[in-house]
Order: sequence, then structure tokens, then C-alpha cells
Amino acid sequence: MITAEQKPLDEIREMIAPYKRILVLGCGSCVAECAAGGEKETGMLASILRMAAKMEGREVLINEKTLERQCVKDFVILLDDIIQDYDALLSLGCGAGVQAVGDCFPEIPIIPALNTEFLGETKDQGLWLENCLGCGDCKLYHFGGICPLARCSKHLLNGPCGGSVGGKCEINPEIPCAWQLIIDRVEQQGGFERLEGIFPPKDWSKKQGLGPRRIIREDQQR
Amino acid sequence: MSRFKSVLDQGAFAVTAECGPPKGADPDVIMKKAELLKGKVDAVNVTDNQTAVVRMSSLAACVLLKRQGLDPILQAVVRDRNRIALQSDILGASALGIRNILCLSGDHQSFGNQPQALGVFDLDSIQFVQVVQRMRDQGAILGGERLSRAPDVFIGAAANPFGDPFNFRLVRLAKKVAAGADFIQTQCIYNLERFERWMAMARERGLTEKVHILGGVTPLKSAGMAKYMKKKVAGMDVPDGIIRRMDGAPAKTQAEEGLKICVETIQRLREVRGVKGVHIMAIDWEDMVGELVERAGLLPRPN
Ligand code: SF4
Ligand code: SF4
Repeated sequence: MITAEQKPLDEIREMIAPYKRILVLGCGSCVAECAAGGEKETGMLASILRMAAKMEGREVLINEKTLERQCVKDFVILLDDIIQDYDALLSLGCGAGVQAVGDCFPEIPIIPALNTEFLGETKDQGLWLENCLGCGDCKLYHFGGICPLARCSKHLLNGPCGGSVGGKCEINPEIPCAWQLIIDRVEQQGGFERLEGIFPPKDWSKKQGLGPRRIIREDQQR
Repeated sequence: MSRFKSVLDQGAFAVTAECGPPKGADPDVIMKKAELLKGKVDAVNVTDNQTAVVRMSSLAACVLLKRQGLDPILQAVVRDRNRIALQSDILGASALGIRNILCLSGDHQSFGNQPQALGVFDLDSIQFVQVVQRMRDQGAILGGERLSRAPDVFIGAAANPFGDPFNFRLVRLAKKVAAGADFIQTQCIYNLERFERWMAMARERGLTEKVHILGGVTPLKSAGMAKYMKKKVAGMDVPDGIIRRMDGAPAKTQAEEGLKICVETIQRLREVRGVKGVHIMAIDWEDMVGELVERAGLLPRPN
């Protein structure tokens, strides 16, 4: 899923300051899973902003609503009937959600309330980890199912750098060295001989060769 | 041809040192370091924005050293340049008469004075070695396109016998050799026992027949430096015995103790089968290199 974290409140308040009628818009998918932009967080942010406006003695209308997905047009059009009541949207969607909503209502400024972080997994309660760069050419098979592009700080494809010590990454001792994980995993699955060949340079054209990527599936079109 | 290569080809025990370019555009700093190192070493590594701190470019400093009659080793890291820029720099370096390249990953940008920089890491150091080797030996760039003239360079890589996992360290070395490394310079050696184990494994795999390994040394200036390196530098193995020895020396003579340890290390490295030379990384202490080389009995250098 896509992970995100809420922006500092001051930054949000600065961005919404010029507006008088604001819809705080949550998203019930990925950002709900990572407790950043779901219904609960949206309600909380809206009430904090209402309180702040009240304490400043400013007349601002702040309402909230949560869509099932902001990044899917079929859900975004549910706003068609209420959008005219607002002069700004504060979105708690990921970067893709913010833009999808913005594209549907180009006449209304849309403000991001979250910093979109990465493609990752929920490892534990309150712990999310980055583990995929969306490179367009998945090579996980060769690395024991652990991605060196996303999880090694230097994107190394041929083994650990000299700073890998005791299973920790030299960049940040809080994170494991991806290569230690890869070697352990591949060894567990029958010896790391398969890591002894030289892995060729990554083909980044699969990620950026034709500019921003599109997926077209005629069988899915109507 | 690379003087460094010819020293190794003659079978002499090679000596290389390191020169960090200045944090400024002043060529005199390089000239002074060149003066200090001339006649004392066979070649000089020029670091490439080491520890991710912005400095004069390695290539420019190499050219300045060469003008002073030294044989520079261009260090090039994959942190800041993609494959287009790296290959282009190799061609440029060769055209300028730089005959040695050391292919490195580089310290992560978060360690330096530009922590907001984008880290490139388009190639890794092993892929980089292979790319340079193919440019030289097959006259072709990545993807196969022919060069009008192949670069003439002696290719090096680094190795850290002290990183983990230990048994994979040899795989890394073997990959670098297979990729085409002619020489290897190691991380600073303080733990000789572990280094010797690593060398024994390298010999067992036949790697010492295929590549010139130079052991890396760094003279310790003080007990504080020893402790700092042990604690703060990932992949640096400073055994407690060394720390105790430095601690045991009075503050005034700690630098002398550090030099003694370094001389002893070099002497022991000369006895290790398969070690073809020593690489002295005297960080901001270039003026000691001459004395160190002399005390280790490595002067005069071969012509
Ligand atoms: S190889 Fe590419 S697609 Fe696969 S996990 Fe890594 S970044 Fe994601
Ligand atoms: S310590 Fe491991 S994860 Fe960190 S940069 Fe080095 S190889 Fe990559």
C-alpha cells in the first residue's frame, strides 16, 4: 500500500488560511490503513482546525467527508452535489488521491494534508516499512524476495557495502542491512551460490523510459 | 602507462597514499601535498568528495598531481553520477593521461554537508568495474556501442575484510575480480588476525593470483581517534588491544605510538602471502607519509 503521514499542523493552517469554506476530505483506503487519512484522522483534523479557527475568532466553515478511495474517479464523483459549497479542499489522500480529486474539480484549490511516503507494508501495530520502489521490472526472485533497490540505502545489487556490520545498515543503525537479510534468506533456501554471479545494471527505462507511466488494459475498458 | 602498474608488474611491494582535494578552488593545496608525497609513494589516490563533503573534483586534482610528476589514482564514486556521466569521466580521465581508476560506491550523502542531495547509485561499484573493464578491453560502452578509442586505465576496487557477513566478503572480492579489477585497496587494517584469515580465504579461491591486493593502513593520531573509529565508523575494526596501547601512551607521544603501530602493521603485511603493497590513508596527515614509508623500510621507491 501507499503510506503517508500528516503534515505539521502549522503548515496545514498556513495553506488553508486564505479560505473560508473548507471540505476536509479523507480516504478510506491505504492512508486509513496507515492511520494517516482515514475517517478517524479526518474527523480529528477537522475538529482541531475548527477549534483553532474559533480560538482566533475567525468565521470559517470546516466540514469533513471521507471517500472510499480518492484515487478512483467513480468515488470522487460522489462529491459532485456538495462541492459547490466550498472554496477549498483539504485532502488527506495520498499524492495520487489529491491529484485525482483536483482533476475532477479544477476550479477549486486542493491542499494536501499529508506527506506521501512510500510503497510499503504494515509490519506491526504502528510500524510501516518501505519495501518497493515500483521499478516496473520486479527482480525479487533473484534476491530471496527482499528488494535491494528499496531496502538497501545504496541500491546495491551485488552484495553488501563495507559498512554492513552486525546486520545493521551503516546509514542508519535503526534499520536492518537489506543485504544481510537477502544473504540469510537465500542461504536458508539452499546456499548463496546463486548470489555469486554479477548482477547487471538495473534497467531504469522500465521506470522512467517514456516519462510518467501509464497502464492501458483494453480488456478493462468500457 | 600507469607507473603504479609497472611497479606491481616488477613484483615490488607497492606503496600508495591518499590525497584529499581542498574545500575550495585553490590548486596550491594540491601542489603542496604533491611535494610531500613525491618520491615517497608509487601512486596517489585522489578522493571523490569523500564522506559526501563537497570538494574540488577528483579529476581536476588528479591532473594537478600529474603535472607535478605523480601517478594519480582517480577515485570515482557512483553516488553522484549516473552511468552516462561515469563513462564520460573515464574517457575524459584517460584523455588527460590519468592511468588509474578506483571504482567505489561512495559514502552515503547523509554523512556529508549536502544531506539533502539525491543519491544516484545508478550502477553499483562492481557493475562500474565491469563497465570500465569493457570500455578498456572491448572498446565498448554499456550496451555495446563502440568507442573511437578505448581508455587506457588500470582498474581498482576497494574491499573491506571487516564488514559482515564475513563469508560473503570473499564473494564480493571474487565478483570484483571477475568484473575486471586489476588491483584492490582494503579498508584500514588494525585487526591483522581477521585480515590474515580473509587473505587465506582469498588465496584458497585463487584470487591473489588474479588481482594485486594492497592492504590499507591509517596511522592513529591519538587514543581518541582510535575510539572514534571503533565506535563511529561502520565497518572499521579496531581491536581493544590497539585502543589499550594508544591509551597507555602519554598524550604527548600518542601520535608516535600510532606511527609505531602503523609501521609494525606494514611490516607484518609484507609477510602476508598475496599482499602486493600498502595503501596509506593518512587523513589530514600527509606530511607523515614520507617518514612512515621510510621507517617501514620502503624507500627508495623503484623507478
Ligand atoms: S524489484 Fe522493483 S518492483 Fe520488485 S520490489 Fe523492488 S522496486 Fe518493487
Ligand atoms: S549497510 Fe547494507 S543496506 Fe546499508 S547501504 Fe550497505 S549494503 Fe545497503
